[in-house]
Amino acid sequence: MENEIKIKINNKDYFGIKNETILQIARKNNVEIPSLCEHSDLEPKASCRLCLVSIEGRRGFFTSCSTIAEDGMVITTESDEINQLRKKNLELLFAQHIERCNVCVREVDCNLLSLARKYKVDLKKYEDRKVGYPKIKFGPSICFDSSKCIDCRNCVEMCEKQGVGFFDLESHNSFIEVIPSKDPKRDCTYCGQCIIHCPSGALSEVDSVPDVEAALEDPEQYVVFQIAPSIRTAVGEEFGMDYGKDVTGQIFAGLRQVGAKKVFDVSVAADVTTIEEANELIERIVNKKTLPMFTSCCPAWVKYVEFYYPEFIPNLTTVRSPQTILGGLTKTYFAKKENIDPKKIVVVSVMPCTAKKYEITRPELDIDGLKPIDYVLTTRELFRLFKNHKVDLESIAPEIGDTPWDEPTGAGIIYGASGGVTESAMRTAAYKLSGQKVKRLQFNCIRGMEEAKEAIIEIEDVCLKVAVVNGLGNAKKILEILKENPKAYDYIEVMACYGGCIGGGGQPIPTDKTIRTLRAQGLYNIDEIKNERLADESPTVKKLYEEFLTNKEIQHKICHTHYSQKQKENNF
Amino acid sequence: MNDIISKLKESGLTGRGGAGFPTATKWESVMAASGEAKYVICNASEGEPNVFKDGFILENYPQVLIEGIILAMETVKAKAGYIYLKYDYFDKYGPKLKELIADKSITLFRKPHEYIAGEETVICNLIEGKRMEPRQRPPFISTAGLFGCPTLMNNVETFYYVAKINKGEYKNTRFYSINGKIKNPGVYELPVDLTINQILTQTNNVPDFDFFLQVGGGAVGEILLVNEIDKPATGAASITVFDKNTTDIYKMMDELADFFLNGNCDKCVPCREGIYRIKTLLKEKNIDLDDLELLFQNLEKASFCALGKGAPTGFRGLLKVLAN
Repeated sequence: MENEIKIKINNKDYFGIKNETILQIARKNNVEIPSLCEHSDLEPKASCRLCLVSIEGRRGFFTSCSTIAEDGMVITTESDEINQLRKKNLELLFAQHIERCNVCVREVDCNLLSLARKYKVDLKKYEDRKVGYPKIKFGPSICFDSSKCIDCRNCVEMCEKQGVGFFDLESHNSFIEVIPSKDPKRDCTYCGQCIIHCPSGALSEVDSVPDVEAALEDPEQYVVFQIAPSIRTAVGEEFGMDYGKDVTGQIFAGLRQVGAKKVFDVSVAADVTTIEEANELIERIVNKKTLPMFTSCCPAWVKYVEFYYPEFIPNLTTVRSPQTILGGLTKTYFAKKENIDPKKIVVVSVMPCTAKKYEITRPELDIDGLKPIDYVLTTRELFRLFKNHKVDLESIAPEIGDTPWDEPTGAGIIYGASGGVTESAMRTAAYKLSGQKVKRLQFNCIRGMEEAKEAIIEIEDVCLKVAVVNGLGNAKKILEILKENPKAYDYIEVMACYGGCIGGGGQPIPTDKTIRTLRAQGLYNIDEIKNERLADESPTVKKLYEEFLTNKEIQHKICHTHYSQKQKENNF
Repeated sequence: MNDIISKLKESGLTGRGGAGFPTATKWESVMAASGEAKYVICNASEGEPNVFKDGFILENYPQVLIEGIILAMETVKAKAGYIYLKYDYFDKYGPKLKELIADKSITLFRKPHEYIAGEETVICNLIEGKRMEPRQRPPFISTAGLFGCPTLMNNVETFYYVAKINKGEYKNTRFYSINGKIKNPGVYELPVDLTINQILTQTNNVPDFDFFLQVGGGAVGEILLVNEIDKPATGAASITVFDKNTTDIYKMMDELADFFLNGNCDKCVPCREGIYRIKTLLKEKNIDLDDLELLFQNLEKASFCALGKGAPTGFRGLLKVLAN
């Protein structure tokens, strides 16, 4: 191969591709080189200095994350000298990072701590520098414990990549430190991408596990769990299972074990979202209303529009997100059917997302004075809840979900991957516009991990220009295109996180491109074998529209919402 | 071969900012590099304490400096030039420089206070409006510098001598900043190959007390004892004389630590955390010299940029003074 290079690492030959870094080649071949600040989504920072290696014929040491491998290079990754440097830098990192391992979100998978063990680091070699550093909350979603921050600045770069830029660097007592921005024009969208790119546990979700556990222990409360599409192929990772493994049944079983009265699948409500969205899209096209229509099931994206681009608020579909629709249905339709006082129902939503914690606080979503959702747990929090209750997903026997919200279509499942919402909506729109089931149920053109995809989808005599975007920074580019050319697209799906919800800010750490691809594939595999792959085919949803969502008024109350321009919410 | 390049080669001119890289080689690599545009930057950041010869040139010979910059821009076919000035130089000499630049495409840029802001890749970042952080090298700025384009960056004194060489007026001299506990402080233009001892003698600055001195800048300059000064002044060629009996070495080390602590970019662990620990270690009654040595080595071997790599020099020198 023309681009192939051969290098030697620790006296063994390895092959790589031109322009790959030493670390990339080492990782692919399972050669262990320690690193903290490196993340494949980001530019190499080379700031933690742990991945230093030596190269034959060159003076000094080189960070393998930032050094491009060259054909014939002879590399050594371990020596007394290298190990001494790594040990010293770990000592220095621990001298700034305040360890609170027993209450840390990274308790079980802390790279920092395992490196300390490997290099026999005295954690108390120096006095902690960051004593008294503040713990800050970004809305109801994200917690930044600055005393744990190791200043790698991954969060700063990630947030800039998202087009948000909520982190600033500010000089403070001779140190340039990461702080939330004081700029009134910049605010957190709660996407949580900072969390999954933070190596030190300084960033985490606001912990809702104690609240949920308290509700579970309260005999007066009727606790219902509902799980998002994308968590079913991700949470298994926390138990050491393969990436992308579908553990839907195990999650249901585990939730019953922790005391859930009912376990529901949010994917069912995704089918409702799809039907409502397709209707709205057709209505906008027919009545020549505001286009393009934007999806709104990603709360970080909604906040981004409301804060950064309020002029585009009319473009957001008024359809509520699947979790909100399902919570609303549970406290109305389900409560009435089962004869339960809706005030006693506690709906816990398990989401791949930290922005969902923000979404549930929106007062405009209340139904008859009740919040559709009471608590949101991230995928990571679900793992902690399971661990607290000794639930092991690997050994537990799978169970099915509870009626009526147990059987989604394939369309509802693929919501969890970027392009999934569009594909579901297009399946339904094609069905409605043509009046018949279309043969082509898969829209491969909008699948995959590319950050911006576009397609022209022809349905009968309607030609839809569709864009599918993941990553808020890419959404920003699309909005700028629309400012120039408002007719560039008819329908735009935006997910704030790379790869969509399967790469969400609440998903297991690590998350990277390879892992996102496998989680998405897991969802598409479920869709593939479903009999019903069209939202409208769902027997549950059909029944729902026949029995409950029978008129515009009730459909609007349960399934629609409105948006408003947002002022900065996080001032420090 | 290009006329000025052969003249530069013949003169043997090396960079006067401190690193001493052969000027002709640097120019040739920018000429050979391909890019949409090319840029020339005059580094007038003069961030080392006790170095003030660039200020002297800006004060006295700004016309010659501009000639040198324009010659460089013509030679490498630069789209534009920048003069990156230390904050007080910008305020003091800016108006005169603007007058001399007239309609030429040269922009003045005011440097922030931090020491790291004088590092060449940081300069590129700052002019581009980016963060005050050094960049990974390679690529070197001669191939991908300002706005990702081939960039030629030289120090004020280097450009001054380029103009002199072009006019055939170069006589193998350089500018020495001399200060400290001496009779005749100032900037002196003297031959490049004089020893420190000869410089002190010729400028009538030989102390009549036991002394030590720092050569090449107050931050990364080498500390020399009386018996070590029969060699040329290196780096940015400054000489600062200290009284060995009355100088508080611990205070000097503390100030040096503060200088780096405030002047670095805090990007990499050895520099951000290491210097802080050096400062705290030096405050202790019984200094842990073994750990200090490990911190120095970590800086020298594992830092991201030259600032961190050079940071231990002064401390090592001052510890040497203490030991003698």
